[in-house]
Amino acid sequence: MSKHTLSVLVENKPGVLARVAGLFSRRGFNIDSLAVGPTEHPEVSRMTIVVDVASSPLEQVTKQLNKLVEVIKIVELDPTQSVNRELMLVKVKATASTRGQVLEVVQLFRAKVVDVATDAITIQIVGNTDKLADFLTMVEPYGVRELVQSGMVAIGRGSRSISERTLKPVPVPAAPAAG
Amino acid sequence: MSEQPAATESVTGAQSLIKSLEAAGVEHVFGIPGGAILPAYDPLFDSVKLRHILVRHEQGAGHAAQGYAAATGRVGVCMATSGPGATNLVTPLADAHMDSVPVVAVTGQVASGSIGTDAFQEADIRGITMPITKHNFLVTDAADIPRTIAEAFHIASTGRPGPVLVDVSKDALQSRTSFAWPSELHLPGYRPVTRPHSKQVREAARLITESRKPVLYVGGGVIRARAAKELRTLAELTGIPVVTTLMARGAFPDSHPQHLGMPGMHGTVAAVGALQRSDLIISLGARFDDRVTGALDSFAPNAKVIHADIDPAEIGKNRFADVPIVGDCREVIADLVVALQAEHDAGRQGDYEGWVHYLAGVRKRYPLGYDKPTDGSLAPQYVLERLGHIAGPDSIYVAGVGQHQMWASQFIGYEKPQTWINSGGLGTMGFAVPAAMGAKVGRPDTTVWAVDGDGCFQMTNQELATCAIEGIPVKIAVINNESLGMVRQWQTLFYNERYSNTDLQSKRIPDFVKLADAYGCVGLACESPDDVDSTIQKAMEINDVPVVVDFRVNRDAMVWPMVAAGTSNDDIKTARDMAPTWEDDDLEGGK
Repeated sequence: MSKHTLSVLVENKPGVLARVAGLFSRRGFNIDSLAVGPTEHPEVSRMTIVVDVASSPLEQVTKQLNKLVEVIKIVELDPTQSVNRELMLVKVKATASTRGQVLEVVQLFRAKVVDVATDAITIQIVGNTDKLADFLTMVEPYGVRELVQSGMVAIGRGSRSISERTLKPVPVPAAPAAG
Repeated sequence: MSEQPAATESVTGAQSLIKSLEAAGVEHVFGIPGGAILPAYDPLFDSVKLRHILVRHEQGAGHAAQGYAAATGRVGVCMATSGPGATNLVTPLADAHMDSVPVVAVTGQVASGSIGTDAFQEADIRGITMPITKHNFLVTDAADIPRTIAEAFHIASTGRPGPVLVDVSKDALQSRTSFAWPSELHLPGYRPVTRPHSKQVREAARLITESRKPVLYVGGGVIRARAAKELRTLAELTGIPVVTTLMARGAFPDSHPQHLGMPGMHGTVAAVGALQRSDLIISLGARFDDRVTGALDSFAPNAKVIHADIDPAEIGKNRFADVPIVGDCREVIADLVVALQAEHDAGRQGDYEGWVHYLAGVRKRYPLGYDKPTDGSLAPQYVLERLGHIAGPDSIYVAGVGQHQMWASQFIGYEKPQTWINSGGLGTMGFAVPAAMGAKVGRPDTTVWAVDGDGCFQMTNQELATCAIEGIPVKIAVINNESLGMVRQWQTLFYNERYSNTDLQSKRIPDFVKLADAYGCVGLACESPDDVDSTIQKAMEINDVPVVVDFRVNRDAMVWPMVAAGTSNDDIKTARDMAPTWEDDDLEGGK
């Protein structure tokens, strides 16, 4: 098993997420993370899906995804040629005596404090999976009270765009003849 | 829901729907009205281009649309109301999805404002049918109706065909809109590849020429692509033996000397053996289904694979493809013919003589056959043999699912495409009667025989009423062994003859002759081998009303050959405890 990051351009229509999620569960493919959002084209949404499969099932994943009428394009992003980011919000116990140490960790990781209470601080951190895991290891001793994390979003390096595409209309065929 | 004040163009959503179906070329709709779809039935009442056939159960409408599509190659259309009307279409949609049948289902939905409130007769049919349709739509704005219907027909009929469902809310049908049939569609994510890659075709031709033991493994894609003529050219150009799967029966004439029959669980020894011993499988519109391959890890161990299919996801799904070819079967085969002709012209021709000779020997040693019951009772296989002989290769045969289906596939004899219609992938009992009805509506001048089991027949025979009232004179051969026969066969072979819940007692209840009579059909019964011909002839002479023939057959007959589920094709049995000997030495030693 290995992780693969797929960028999937889909038509921005209701039900697309259900179709994609249903496909993964029906065909027995595991989703590690999934993030959906708008793109530079209002009629197109982009999903970033991290799947945990060997390479031959991955081919089935992309072929099956491609069969969905509303899926426009699928690109697998090479981790070395792309930027991958996740966002995490963590509520860490921080009393007067430990707050300084927690803030030191925050600074080290270039994270950000987004809320403070008398006995806890809420930290926002953005990074790849490894950075977030390392950060958690560092703050865990102080006590993690709550944690929420986004799915991964990813984009290829360089100037090319995966959404450069043609939206060519299809002529309506004439009604078929009998026989 | 938008009010469009255009004076002359103004129509209701319902009128727009009917105009759209007309514009899509629809002539026949199978359906049942109900609350949410009711607005559509009002303009449908006035349409002179559309004939609506009022069925007795929505499942019948769905299978009828399938039968219509399979017999004509056109898109079959069914219509139902929301909730239970729509959920009754689930089985036919799943069936059409598995067997790649072009069908458009139009369902009514509760008003858009009520969606999600558990309203009366509300069901999320779009959500329910997502995994069993090629695509589906929910329309809540009347302005979207023409474009959606155009897209639905385009998607259903192109690429790998399949079912498309269009769910239309009641308020969209009732609101006013303007009608305009679109001249182009915006489906940026839907671009089926039909032209095969020439490099792949050349590579396939090279492998074919170099191989010594090739087989043309022909699937339902050849029927859907209407490529029977091209297939015959390819087969005769190369001399390569042909096997046709359950979905492809009729794609290649059964009488052709190169035809080894059907492969798979109940295939011929020659067809199963040819695939197992092959060094090159040329798969054309087939999908390496488990019922064909048996245990996958021992399937055709020495074969390279050329896999041609219009659906790229089928290629390499179950079996690695050495040469994948994505494309429409007709174009792929036509291109292969050109490429192979070029090979021949260059003096390179495959040498398959030893292989063909070997397979001819296998076929001769292990022909399809059956034992006549010693007690003088009727052998089901004999009925189908005679039916095929008397009704002939120009008739259409539509089967249900089970033993009778396998015997119909084995013993009728098919010479032409679109003359054999059955539920292959999903295995839907009850398919035959409504599908035969649809086939007869699509091909009114052709004799249509449904071959049904007594179990299957009791699932959907209410459509006899539709056939009788609407003037659809199908003929139905009920192969009555008073059992769920295939299940009973498995109980005989694998469950110590413990016949748990497979005894239907249908020689006693119901009386099929009386049932036929009650439905306005002619009912005939036949119990003795001596009466088979005369009974079939009698049925052939009746062309004004449907005919039901109750063939009361021996219940212990079993379908052979058989590859038990989950076992290797090498372990095929020609009868209980009887395995063929392969005499491989002949093959290796032979020229």
